[in-house]
Amino acid sequence: MIAEAGLAALWLAAALALLQTLAGFGGLGDRLAPLTGALRGIAAAQGLLSLTAFLLLIWLFARTDLSVLLVATNSHVDKPMLYKIAGTWGNHEGSMLLWVTVLALTGGLIALMERKLDARSFAATLGAQGVIALGFYAFLLFSSNPFARLSPPAAMGQGLNPLLQDPGLAFHPPTLYIGYVGLSVAFSFAVGAMLTGKAGPAFARAMRPWVLISWIFLTLGITAGSYWAYYELGWGGWWFWDPVENASLMPWLAATALLHSVSVLAARDALRAWTIMLALTGFAMSMIGTFLVRSGILTSVHAFAVDPERGTFILVLLALYIGGALTLFATRIGSVRQGAPFHLFSREGGLVANNILLSSILAIVLIGTLYPLIAEGLFDEQLSVGPPYFNKTTVPVTLVLMLFLAAGPLLRWRRDGSGSLPRKLLLPAGASVVALVLLMLFAPDAGLLPLLGLIFAAGLAIASLVPLWGRNLLRTPLPIYGMVLAHLGVAVAAAGMASESGFTQERLQAVRYGEAVEVGGWTVQLLGLDPVAGPNWTAIEARVLARKGEGEWILRPQSRNYPSPPMQTNEAALLSRWNGQLYATLGTQDQQGRWQLRLWWKPFVSLIWLGGILIALGGALALLGRLWRGFRARYPKRVQEGFA
Amino acid sequence: MKAKHQRLTLVVVAAVALIGAVLLAMQGLRSQAAYFYQPAALLNADVPPGQPIRLGGLVLPGSIAKAADGVTTRFSVSDGKATVPVTYRGIVPDLFVEGSGVVATGRLDAGGIFVADNLLAKHDENYVPRELGNIDREAVISESETLIK
Repeated sequence: MIAEAGLAALWLAAALALLQTLAGFGGLGDRLAPLTGALRGIAAAQGLLSLTAFLLLIWLFARTDLSVLLVATNSHVDKPMLYKIAGTWGNHEGSMLLWVTVLALTGGLIALMERKLDARSFAATLGAQGVIALGFYAFLLFSSNPFARLSPPAAMGQGLNPLLQDPGLAFHPPTLYIGYVGLSVAFSFAVGAMLTGKAGPAFARAMRPWVLISWIFLTLGITAGSYWAYYELGWGGWWFWDPVENASLMPWLAATALLHSVSVLAARDALRAWTIMLALTGFAMSMIGTFLVRSGILTSVHAFAVDPERGTFILVLLALYIGGALTLFATRIGSVRQGAPFHLFSREGGLVANNILLSSILAIVLIGTLYPLIAEGLFDEQLSVGPPYFNKTTVPVTLVLMLFLAAGPLLRWRRDGSGSLPRKLLLPAGASVVALVLLMLFAPDAGLLPLLGLIFAAGLAIASLVPLWGRNLLRTPLPIYGMVLAHLGVAVAAAGMASESGFTQERLQAVRYGEAVEVGGWTVQLLGLDPVAGPNWTAIEARVLARKGEGEWILRPQSRNYPSPPMQTNEAALLSRWNGQLYATLGTQDQQGRWQLRLWWKPFVSLIWLGGILIALGGALALLGRLWRGFRARYPKRVQEGFA
Repeated sequence: MKAKHQRLTLVVVAAVALIGAVLLAMQGLRSQAAYFYQPAALLNADVPPGQPIRLGGLVLPGSIAKAADGVTTRFSVSDGKATVPVTYRGIVPDLFVEGSGVVATGRLDAGGIFVADNLLAKHDENYVPRELGNIDREAVISESETLIK
């Protein structure tokens, strides 16, 4: 019954999405304008129905209802409850249902919360949102029904890929999906703006919170995903330039550019066409990301689902949406593009540079990610593009971007004729020089790129704080703090990346009990091995003693065996110190009874994820500031009374 | 500056930057893209030692051997037509067993041995690496039997 109820909810939601599309676009004409009144209700109901379907699927997974095909193929009666529930979105159908649920809920939120837009833009935006939802409902209902029955029911269930049995799974995909879907909102706003021709500051201010939300979640999702891959894959790397990782990075790059151009549009009414283009690009990247992940068309360490047919479906949706939007752009952009002019040496100019550099990085990543497909399709050549390509091309551009990032926020809007930039950059430049001297003294062997990365990071860290100089810190608006924190986060993350790539030390050795291995100033000994068992796995766990100076710590890397589905995984053990992480993995035993131990000392590697968290926090502060300002503008009286 | 001129300047700057990015990407792809070979194709191709490539095939049954240092693994990759000797220093992936599909990233050394930096192995019944779809498993097994005899 529950499965049938879920399916019914899904069909009803799809019908409402159709209605929302008709009412939304119909609202553009005068005759159907009365329908607009119903739009808020329709969008909210669609969100609720979609949520109902998703909750019912979670219920089926929690109860392990093995008469449902999806549960039988992806779950198991013996699985811990957390993974039974998280397993709901650990598979293709469930994750697509999550996608559309987030989309529908967001549509409902826009319907209930949005007050800044004029009625016609509002209707067109919700109409566009309806079209997107409709495509994904069709995808679910016709090619990926999560509620399909299995007859006769299975006895135990096939289980979930052990790599996915990790608390990270519970949060990682939903976080990224909120990010992806937030960009669909920006897309819908842009389509609405093109249809009505109203692409001024009001449009930018209405769109900005959604872009911010999307960007915050993408940042968190990428940061968490990177850390997850770091400790779960056991390869010691934190970013592999894998197609699936790039699939999350590309929307982030577009969203970062969009976030900055939206600020220019909101503050100065410039960059109208460019902002609309970025909004379309951002969603295109989300769709390409979904396509790459769900089709498994590129060999990937993350390729859990491989199904070309479904890939084709997403590709068709992608072509329809993006093709349609670009056609609209080509025909309608003439009516929206009168923006205000500005001087190139200004805050606007700096933000344009930011946008161009981010777009260049995006182009480089996109080309590298898709090139294997192109080469196979056009030249029938099989090849892969990996870290050597991406590092060589993106790192130099990123270093240039860091220079602009240091200077841009110090410029004034409109035209910076004050000539104060060199004076403001004095302190950051000093920090870079100090970093250079210290590196030359203590680490002369670091490669060129790590060296530049650390020097630039030091300068950027100081430069990011300069906008607070001379301000009354209590009266500084929250969005300024947000900007400062996010830019500081970039410096922190860059320092972590440079340090990790420049100074990591690695040892791989087969050791006997008690044998000592030296790595990065640590002495590491294998003390012994213990059999351990978890809820649905057994493992051999090594007791590894790590010593440095007076301190002693025990690390416990594991080699795990899962019976269903049968698989072996390596669980790395991490020891975090203030100046880095010791990373240990256990291999196999050789004929002489020695065990393989792989060790890394990674100085300041945690800064990478700390930086990511700072960036997301900066976004959250900016969002709070904007929402607070909007609230104050709408209810001035309540605010005054509350603080009188 | 008039608005029209400014827009033109911006478009030109953006176009130049993007073209620069594309050129950088093309240049990077030319030098850094790793071509994929199966053993027979690798022996026919004229790949210089040191060039980063990928090698895919099945692990020839009976060929896996561990060196005295306990961390270097030697094995042969076969596609049923030819075999290439491989050496890998590292912890082998969990799914790496005789007869399993493997894709190795690395380069040939001067002696014609493939030195792998990274191994991807898949042994799942439902999943054969896409590049290995055309390999005849029976031919590999019969080849290993000939070698053993």
